[in-house]
Parts: sequence; structure tokens; C-alpha cells
Amino acid sequence: MRSMSERGASLEVVDLVTTYGAVQALNGVSISVPAGSITAVLGANGAGKSSLLRSLSGLVKPKSGKVLVDGQDVFGMAPEDVVQRGMSQVPEGRGVIAELTVDENLRLGGLWRSDKADRAKAVEEAYALFPPLDQRRKRLAMTLSGGERQMLALGRALVARPRVLLLDEPSLGLAPRITAQIMGLVRRLCDETGLTVLLVEQNARSALSVADHGVVLNLGTVVASDDPATLAADDNLRHAYLGF
Amino acid sequence: MDRFLSVTISGLSGGMIYAAVALSLVLIWRATRVVNFAQGAMAMFTTYLAFTVLEHGGSYWVAFPIALLTGLVLGAFVERVLVRPVENGPPLNAVVVTLGVFIFLQGLAGLLFGGRFRSFPAPFSNKNYNLGNVSTVSPFEIFIVLSVALVAALLFALFQYTDVGLRMRAAAFSGEVARMLGVRVGRMLTLGWALAAVAGSLAGILVAPSVFLHPNNMDGVFVFGFTAAVIGGLDSPVGAIVGGLGLGVLLSYVASYAGGDLQTLSALAVLVFILMVKPNGLFSTTATRRV
Repeated sequence: MRSMSERGASLEVVDLVTTYGAVQALNGVSISVPAGSITAVLGANGAGKSSLLRSLSGLVKPKSGKVLVDGQDVFGMAPEDVVQRGMSQVPEGRGVIAELTVDENLRLGGLWRSDKADRAKAVEEAYALFPPLDQRRKRLAMTLSGGERQMLALGRALVARPRVLLLDEPSLGLAPRITAQIMGLVRRLCDETGLTVLLVEQNARSALSVADHGVVLNLGTVVASDDPATLAADDNLRHAYLGF
Repeated sequence: MDRFLSVTISGLSGGMIYAAVALSLVLIWRATRVVNFAQGAMAMFTTYLAFTVLEHGGSYWVAFPIALLTGLVLGAFVERVLVRPVENGPPLNAVVVTLGVFIFLQGLAGLLFGGRFRSFPAPFSNKNYNLGNVSTVSPFEIFIVLSVALVAALLFALFQYTDVGLRMRAAAFSGEVARMLGVRVGRMLTLGWALAAVAGSLAGILVAPSVFLHPNNMDGVFVFGFTAAVIGGLDSPVGAIVGGLGLGVLLSYVASYAGGDLQTLSALAVLVFILMVKPNGLFSTTATRRV
């Protein structure tokens, strides 16, 4: 594993505005994620969590604002270019490519990189991180369980050796035990490799349990930004937006 | 019995041509969810280009790769320049564009090369070898089977065993996820169309000796190729080959034992039957994807 200084990059989102036609999905969102830390983005359905991720990764072109990865602006770039600037999105569990094998999915994550030897090494590291995948290398991804798919999506993003990871609802459809496992692993990656994580979750409780910082979105606006313990202790916030 | 053998064999070689057309349709369908109705016309056009080379004294072995290469370029051009701008619109838009290309190419071919039927040479003899008294297979039929098999095998290897093939499959199966992983999906789709058009052009130049060269000469072949592709499931390359061969053999039986004018009707009957029994075709994976 690499040292923190090599891996980590800060993510700075400044006044991001995204619109779909006349509908304003993000209304000037600013979030700052220090290198090597986890920030959880919480909120109900329709709060703008998905719009935020899609705007950061380039799947949706934001209207205005800044997206700085280690100070470098990736605002408005195509997703394939954002990946090459060191920021990878992990789509929610179903985002594995079902018709490809586990091994093909993993290899795909690193194909854009020119260093072939390191690509192969990164795939093996992903197998070491997720032993269930190691036993199913030649299986089609469609045969995997929900938890295994989530591991595959995560492992595949790591093969790109990202410095910033955007995680989309990793707990979606998973049993609590598996969710806890995945969250624990993300925490470990941060601590050991200095990976920076923006964790978008509807499952506020489990996200706050691993995050260093929490942000609550509502109707495309940041309504709270604080440390996890404070957010979890705020009854009004919990009832209004977090649902626990 | 002797006749049965030679009818079966000629059905297989004809089926290989339908398989090539079907393969080109399947590759494009998989990548962009568009049925390329211009595929037959594109193949007709590249065969005319090969014919022009022959007319100017070029050898068949120069004309043959020229047909395939111009197919490659034409396929890339049609995707990048004509289909790309409408790719994100309603699916019907792209279909209308391919129909436009179909009409345009037929008109252009008529303009450039005239509307006469031209005979197109075969590189090998069309006379069947005899095994004792049994007429079996002609050298040209062997060439048809081998060349389509070779192109199909090369395409399969490219898709299955190379990095660019993996990118192309990822782009075809899930464009958005592929982009997130750094795949330049647009480029892969252009390449997919280009390779598909090579298979189409191969069918065009192989079928020309038997159907003659004419701006409409691929229309019937296209219909059979399309039928073969649908039988196979429209998104399965293996299905395209199996569908093409099955249809070729069936049509050959119909033509020899029941009469040539029943061919098109029997292809339609098979199509309707398969769609009733297995609406997704014989080899489609679509059903499992939608679960």
C-alpha cells in the first residue's frame, strides 16, 4: 500500500449549480473534503445526492461552479477525463457490467492507464482485498450476489488507483452485516492509503458511523455541515432529513 | 440422397452469407441499439467499388480487400457523421437515418455505375467436385464458408481476447458505466460500426457472383440476413451465425424441393414461428438482463 502523501488528494466543490431544463437540481453546493478523509453526503430521495455525484464525475454537465481535485479544476470535463484526473465514481451496486466476467470488470477499471504491469498488479490487489471475487474470476458479474456486486464495483474503481473516490449508495439493497463490512473496508482504505472519499448515502446511520464529516442536502442546497456526532445528535435534523 | 447432400452444402454456403449480414447487424445492434437498414446498400456500394477495380484491370485479390477496407471506412463514417448526432434522440430517429443512407446509396450507385445488371466474377470455380457420382461442393462455396468463418473468428477473438475488444463490449453493454471507467465510448461505437460493415461488405462481394451486381442486389440478401439475426436473437453473434446457417439450409431445401418462389415466404414463416415461440430469439441474453 502506498503512503498517504502519494495517494490522497483533496476534493473541493465550490458553488456548484446543476439544472435539468428549468429544474434546478443543485443550487450552489459547496463541500470541502480534506485529503484522506471521508465526507458523507446525506439526504432524502430527490435531495440532489445523485445529481451531485453525476455532476462531479461528469455524467451531467453542471451549469456553474468549481470542482477542484487537488486544486485542479475538473468542472465540466467528460467522465472519461475526470477518471484520468484521479477521481473515480463507484456506481451503485447494479453498475457492474453484468455481461462481463468478474475479471473483465476489474481489468476494465484500469484499461485507460498505460502502465500495463501496474494495471495487472492493481487487479491482483483488488482480488486480495475481496477474496469472494478471487474465487469467481471467470464468472459473469450477473451471477454475483448484491454484496459481491458492490465489492466488484468498488474493486473496479480502485484498479484505476484513484485519489478521490465517489461512492454512490454502497449500502443499497445490502444486508446490514454486508453494509458494515463494506463501510469498514472504505474506512480502512482511507486510513491505510490516504484515499479521499465522498460517500453518498440514504442510510445516514451507517454512513455517519465511518465518516469524518457529514453534509446534509435538501432540495439541492446544503442545509447542514458538521461532524458526524453533532449531526446524529441533532433531533430536528434527524427527523426532517435523515429518517432515523 | 445424393441431391440432398449437395442441396444441404449449397444451403450452408448461402447461409454463411446470411450469417455475415446477420453478424454485421448484430454487432451494430449490440453497440448502439440501432438496426442498420443501410447495411445491405453499404455492402452493395463497396462491391461496386471492388467491381470498379476489376474493370480497370485489377485482380480479384486487390478488389477483395478494397471492398472490405472501404466497408470499414464507410461504416465508421456513417456512425460518426450521420448516426451520432441522433444517437441520443428517440430510437426511431437513428432508424430513419439508416433508411436515408439506404436510399441515398442506392441512388448514388445508380448514378455512378448505372442500373444494369453486371456479372461479378467468382475467384474460384462454381463447378461442384464430384465424389464418384455424387456432386458435392464447389471451390467457390468452400471459399465462401472459409472466408466468413475466418472473419467471424477474427472478430470473435478481437472482442473476446483484446483490450480494445473488452472496451468495445463494455461500451456496448453499458455505455455510462464504461465512461465512468475511462472508456472513450464514442470511439468504440465508431469502431464497432466499422467492423460490422466489414462483415457486411464481405457478404456483398461473396454474394455478387450469384445475384449479379445491381443497386438493389442486396435487398433480398439483407432481408434474409435480418431474418437470421432476429432468429438468433439480434444481440448474439453466435446466434447470428447459427441463424444464418439454419436459414440458408432451410431456404435451399425449399428452393430445390418446393420451388424457388416460396423462399421468401418460408423465411417469413420461420421468422413468425420463432418470434411466437421464443420472442427474444434463440440466443438472446436480453431476457436475463431485464430481470
